[in-house]
Amino acid sequence: MESLGLDSTTIEEREVATDDSAEREGFAGSPTIRVAGRDVQAPGDEATGLTCRLYRLRDGRISPLPDPADLRDALVAATAVVDPGEEMVGAGRDAGTGRAGGPG
Amino acid sequence: MSGETSGVAIGDRAPALELPDTAGATHSLPEPGEAAASVVIWTSNHCPYAIAWQERLMGAVRDYAGRDVRFLAVNSNDAERYPADSLEAMRERVEAGEFDCPYLHDASQDAARAWGAKTTPDVYVLDADLRLRYRGAPDSDYDDPAQEAAWLRGALDAVLAGEAPDPAETDSVGCSVKWRA
Repeated sequence: MESLGLDSTTIEEREVATDDSAEREGFAGSPTIRVAGRDVQAPGDEATGLTCRLYRLRDGRISPLPDPADLRDALVAATAVVDPGEEMVGAGRDAGTGRAGGPG
Repeated sequence: MSGETSGVAIGDRAPALELPDTAGATHSLPEPGEAAASVVIWTSNHCPYAIAWQERLMGAVRDYAGRDVRFLAVNSNDAERYPADSLEAMRERVEAGEFDCPYLHDASQDAARAWGAKTTPDVYVLDADLRLRYRGAPDSDYDDPAQEAAWLRGALDAVLAGEAPDPAETDSVGCSVKWRA
C-alpha cells in the first residue's frame, strides 16, 4: 500500500468466528482480503465457512495467500476511482480497504 | 471433545496408530525394529498449505521408500463441516495418483488427539524403535518448492545414520486440524 501512496493504517481487520457470521459476510475462508468491498480474487462457487482460503497464484500454484500482483491490481483499481482532487493518503480509507480473517 | 490433544514429545515412543485407508484396508505403524524409520504426516484435502507441500512430501516418500522408511498420511479433519475432507474426496485424490503412501482416515479424530497433531501438514519422524525424532514442518517455506522438504529429509538422513536430527523440532505451519464441535 505504501508503494502506491496509500495509508496502511486504514486496513480494517475483522475476525469471523462463527458459521453464521461467515454466511452473513459471504466469508469464503481465511484470509479474505477485500479492497473497496471487492474480493481481490473472486471466490467463485466456494462455499462460505470457517476454513482456509485457497488462492490461485498467477503461475497456477495453490497458495494460502493471494498473488501480490492481484492485491496490487485491486489497490490500483480502487484508487483509480477516487476523486483526483482528493489526497492520496485518504484513498485507502475512502476505498474501504478491508481484510477479514478467521480460523484458517 | 474438540481439539484437546495430549501429544508426543521428542524421544517419546509414538502412540499406536491403526486406521483405514481409502479402500478400507487397515494400516498401522511397523513393529519396533521392523523398519529403519517411519514418517506420519497429518494432512488434508482443502488446506492450501497441505496442497502447497504435497508434491514435496510425496517426493520424499518416493526417494526414501527404498531405504526402509515407511510413510503414512492421515486426515483427521471433521468432514461434516468440511466436506472437502470427506472419505470420498480422499479416495478421489488417491485414485488420481496424488499419494505415494497410504492415505488414512481418522474419522474419530482419536489419532490426532493422541499424537497432538495441530496443523496440516504436521510431520512426525520416528526411528526404528518408534521413538519421535523430528516433529514439525516439512521445510522452512511452503511457498518455495526448491526447499524440497529439507527438514524432513534431513531428519530422515540423521535417523538412518543413527544420529539425532537437527533441528529436532520446528513450528508446525498450516491450517489448524478441523476438530468436531
